[in-house]
Amino acid sequence: MADQLLDAKGLNCPLPILRAKKALKDVPMGGTLQILATDPGAVKDFEAFCRTTGNELMESKQHEKVFSFLIKRMS
Amino acid sequence: MANEAGSNTKKLSMIVTKGSLDWAYPPFILATTAAAMGLEVSMFFTFYGLTLLKKKLDLGVSPLGNPAMAMPMFGMHIGMPNIASAIPGVDAAATVMMKNLIKKKGVASIEELRDMAVEADVEMIACQMTMDLFEYSMDDMIEGPVLGGAATYIEKASNSNINLFI
Repeated sequence: MADQLLDAKGLNCPLPILRAKKALKDVPMGGTLQILATDPGAVKDFEAFCRTTGNELMESKQHEKVFSFLIKRMS
Repeated sequence: MANEAGSNTKKLSMIVTKGSLDWAYPPFILATTAAAMGLEVSMFFTFYGLTLLKKKLDLGVSPLGNPAMAMPMFGMHIGMPNIASAIPGVDAAATVMMKNLIKKKGVASIEELRDMAVEADVEMIACQMTMDLFEYSMDDMIEGPVLGGAATYIEKASNSNINLFI
């Protein structure tokens, strides 16, 4: 289980990233944030976001139309 | 956080020249996203882009001169001939249609993105020359923007990793 859950379903670019950035601030260093999204562009966007910010994308998966990302806060 | 100013913080600068609803999106989407990714962001608002700093936004969209603007309607995409834009109410209707689509598709409003940009400490510079030309005062604008000119932008741009003209 992730430390925090962010439901970004139905939101379009760039809102899932912006909401995730905000939510990460409340996650302790080393803690995890799970994000649920329906924006298919979020798959590549969360990879780029994590590479650039130094956070770790631990998991990226899809169940039907919902994408799920697990980010470990490292910065 | 990587947001603090420092020599190894990446920087993005943008010149924002357009003030219609559709053209307002790219600069604010990129500014908020770059700030969220830890970049230091400067936006230089000039000419019609300056209106994006007004307290009350009243942005519109026009099919005039935009043959690529085809709206999804009745299960297909329908464009409008240029001459339709001359009919009173057509641009207003296109704007309403666009705003409805924006809401329906979970796309942020410009007001929302602008608030997030201010919150994320995106630096906003209002072009002094345009302020003078179009007779705006800083009282017409939201809190936050500072006045500047070409030299201010060039200095920003020369220290930035990404420079965009939108």
